[in-house]
Amino acid sequence: MNVADAAKPRLTAKARLKWDAVRQKHLLLFPEGVLLLNQTAHDVLALCDGRRSVAEIVQTLAAQYRGAAIDADVKAILSRLAEKSFVAMDN
Amino acid sequence: MQTQRPFSLLCELTYRCPLQCPYCSNPLDFARRAHELSTPEWKRALTEAAALGVVQAHFSGGEPLLRPDATEIIRHAHDLELYTNLSTGGTLLTETLAGQLRAAGLDSLQVSIQDADAENSDRMAGGAPSFAKKIEAARLAKAAGLSLTLNVVLQRQNIGRMEAIIALAEQLGAERLELANTQFNGWALKNRAALLPTRAQVQDAARLARAARERLKGRMEILYVLPDYFEPFPKACLHGWGRVFMAVAPDGTALPCQTAREIRGLTFDNVRERSLQKIWFESEAFCKFRGTDWLPEPCRSCSRKEADFGGCRCQAFLLTGEAAATDPACSLAPRHDLVDRALAETEAATEAQLIYRTANASLRISEAGQPIGSIGSRRRQTPKLPGPRE
Repeated sequence: MNVADAAKPRLTAKARLKWDAVRQKHLLLFPEGVLLLNQTAHDVLALCDGRRSVAEIVQTLAAQYRGAAIDADVKAILSRLAEKSFVAMDN
Repeated sequence: MQTQRPFSLLCELTYRCPLQCPYCSNPLDFARRAHELSTPEWKRALTEAAALGVVQAHFSGGEPLLRPDATEIIRHAHDLELYTNLSTGGTLLTETLAGQLRAAGLDSLQVSIQDADAENSDRMAGGAPSFAKKIEAARLAKAAGLSLTLNVVLQRQNIGRMEAIIALAEQLGAERLELANTQFNGWALKNRAALLPTRAQVQDAARLARAARERLKGRMEILYVLPDYFEPFPKACLHGWGRVFMAVAPDGTALPCQTAREIRGLTFDNVRERSLQKIWFESEAFCKFRGTDWLPEPCRSCSRKEADFGGCRCQAFLLTGEAAATDPACSLAPRHDLVDRALAETEAATEAQLIYRTANASLRISEAGQPIGSIGSRRRQTPKLPGPRE
């Protein structure tokens, strides 16, 4: 799925982030399923508030990760999660 | 190997239901198991589940909305930061109740329909006409801002109307459509002659589901799992016995799978008497088929043993009489002939009479001294199960 720089991603109604204190893991919860998130996927999703654009999310994380080139990674993560309808892209 | 903790708890709040679907997943003897957990008992079970590592609570029945405390129990689960999911037949949902469920923090609502139109859906559901109320329930859920899944159990009599079912789900604005092929245990096994689809039907349905999934990508998620009888290898039932999932029946019996009561000779603990933690790690029922050490041949030396754990224990028991047998759905199983024979009968079948899931039928069947199956078709199939995926 194509991810535009200007799109403003947000979690859909069925998806929820959770810090699992028992397992010490970040999870994405959805109807009848669980995704164990790696740190990058979690950091991306935590910024999907429907206000920030994809470009802004990339910028924020690049700063956080000391300037690493993460544009493609962020878009790949968002694309996968949008295909599953865990993330919606408002323009 | 260290035993991992469960992710998911199924709370079957009641076996009572206004519908009479002949593939119901409740036990055949449900009418003899009427002593339901109280509100505080459900809340305590949920609190114990959260401490044990459960992150998702599913509420089903019977019809869970027959419990006046359903909203209160869901709110408790939400307060424990569990993801909450409610499966209902929809006939009792009102605008007020939908709003209350939303306010209680319900994350996901699943409404069942039995077919694409009133005539066929009402005939399959039995009892009073229900289809119009179900459609209204889906509308009310959307209006209340709830995330909506439409659930349809597929069987021979509706599988030919998949296109109409998919169109209806789109029209209702469902975020998910679950097309669940009937799992033939319990009531569904009793009715197998009337419900088992043909191979051609299953292949057509799979093609339609794939096309719809592609077309609706990003708008509606479509879940379709090929039924066991038509695949060469069985499913890792519930991602493996006692691995990620536990169920609590209306009377408090804790089960590795809601169908597990089918298996004679297994002893189950009750949440009234033991904590969920103790039950998960120590009870006979949960330990018996956990992992791969117990597996018989040909599973024990099979390269797929970590992929499917020998398949479904309930199906093994119901078809062969041995809970520890290889699931006959597997093409390598010594008793695969049992499945082949059922399929051959289906290809030649004429219309069979349905036995509806009524209290009278339950009492009659469980009195007759036959092995009392429980549960069946709505058992969750692997790919849609709560399971850790990286």
